Amino acid sequence: MFIEIQHINKIYTDKDNNANTVLDDINLEIPKGQFVSILGPSGCGKSTLLSMIAGLTSASSGGIIVDGKSVQKPGKDRGMVFQEAALFPWMTVTENVVFPLRKEMNKKQAIERARHFLQMVQLSNYAGHYPHELSGGMQQRVSIARSLAMDPAVLLMDEPFGALDEQTRSRLHGQLEKIWIDTQKTIVFVTHSIQESIKLSDRIVVMGTRPGTVIADIDVDIPRPRDEHKQQVAALEERIMGLLKGEIDKVINEELAYEARS
Amino acid sequence: MKPAVKRLIFFTALILFWGLGSHFEFWHETILPSPFSVWDALVAGFADLTLVYDLVASFRRLFIGLAVSLLIGTALGILLARSKTADETIGSMVLALQSVPSIIWLPLAMMWFGLGEGAIIFVVILGGTFVMTLNVRTGIKNVNPLYIKAARTMGSNGIDLFWKVIIPASIPYLVTGARLAWAFAWRALMAGELLSAGPGLGYTLRYASDFGNMALVIGVMIIIGVVGAVVDQLIFQRIEKNVLKRWGLES
Repeated sequence: MFIEIQHINKIYTDKDNNANTVLDDINLEIPKGQFVSILGPSGCGKSTLLSMIAGLTSASSGGIIVDGKSVQKPGKDRGMVFQEAALFPWMTVTENVVFPLRKEMNKKQAIERARHFLQMVQLSNYAGHYPHELSGGMQQRVSIARSLAMDPAVLLMDEPFGALDEQTRSRLHGQLEKIWIDTQKTIVFVTHSIQESIKLSDRIVVMGTRPGTVIADIDVDIPRPRDEHKQQVAALEERIMGLLKGEIDKVINEELAYEARS
Repeated sequence: MKPAVKRLIFFTALILFWGLGSHFEFWHETILPSPFSVWDALVAGFADLTLVYDLVASFRRLFIGLAVSLLIGTALGILLARSKTADETIGSMVLALQSVPSIIWLPLAMMWFGLGEGAIIFVVILGGTFVMTLNVRTGIKNVNPLYIKAARTMGSNGIDLFWKVIIPASIPYLVTGARLAWAFAWRALMAGELLSAGPGLGYTLRYASDFGNMALVIGVMIIIGVVGAVVDQLIFQRIEKNVLKRWGLES
């Protein structure tokens, strides 16, 4: 398999020395070119899992293999898009996109490449602007262009549209879907939005909380564009809602119990 | 009304009040000379070039001292930010040194470097260094972790990460540090010059005082104040504002 996540556990000890299991024996296999969403309520460890694939966080046990190589540290084969655009404010849009390229090619080639990917996210007119001059949605598109420009084997996205307003998000969904079709990248997309995951992905991995486990692995075989198949989308949405209901109740009960204790 | 117009009216009124007070002898000329006497003293000082030499001499010391203090301050700040041991040892000493006015080093500096340039420049350097050090340290420690994470996923690490991401990200703190270092160095310079040989604005101030030339004393005080305000507002605050805007820290 292209991405293999094998027996991943993550346990951290809090300040009272209690062991908290964030991720409990996660196993996943993701084939090349798939758009997979990891869906779950907050606190299920989905972002931690993504951060592990990126190599930014280490697992307590288990291993991750991407394209035949074991993940030990971050690398350009795995592009990451964060919830905040994470653009460097002291660089122009072009300079930001060139940042990961500057060691591999000369300046002219890098700028040419940056231009290509800025065109893909329809921002070539803003090449000379600084990030603070762009809206949140535009910044996030630059961030996507920056990740794509280094031609990663997989694009990791951590709730990339979570901080945007509804209209912008919906427009970016369309753009991302098109980019995915055009570039054939493998995309691992973390979200807590059921609609977002159904709209975009081939497959939805539903995670539950405390400890984080995979509770369902759903193949989405609704034809694209999914907006045109509202009935099937609604049915799937209801099914996932049912799966997550128990999880959300669990979180609420735990919080109530915690309050009763304190 | 524009702030500049308001300011103009305010200062005109102030000088008018001062002039009228002198004219009607609310205070004696030896206690507070009239604005005309101060003006005459300034004109005379510039005409015979003493004040020009003073300005040149003071600025020379300031530039040397400030440049050295910014270099040492930056280097020391980087060291404190990167090494926990250095921070826990040298860092506590820097905090202590920062809390004392650098002029108290002058007696020692005079023993080491004699009564001339060396001692004053030493005091100026000490005046600027520690505030720069602390700002550089804070700047590097406060770099948004997201920038570092993002840079690492783009294949940057070690020295490249430090120079291409961490240092640029802390520029706003560096600029603030430089501005404060200038302010401290300017004060240290004036104190040092008051207590040593000329030429220099501080020296001329004391010289005028010794000869009872209060008009020149006030004239030099005005020069010191104007230089301080102009450099701070026209140079440093402007740079700081631009940087904060660019770095997205101010909308």
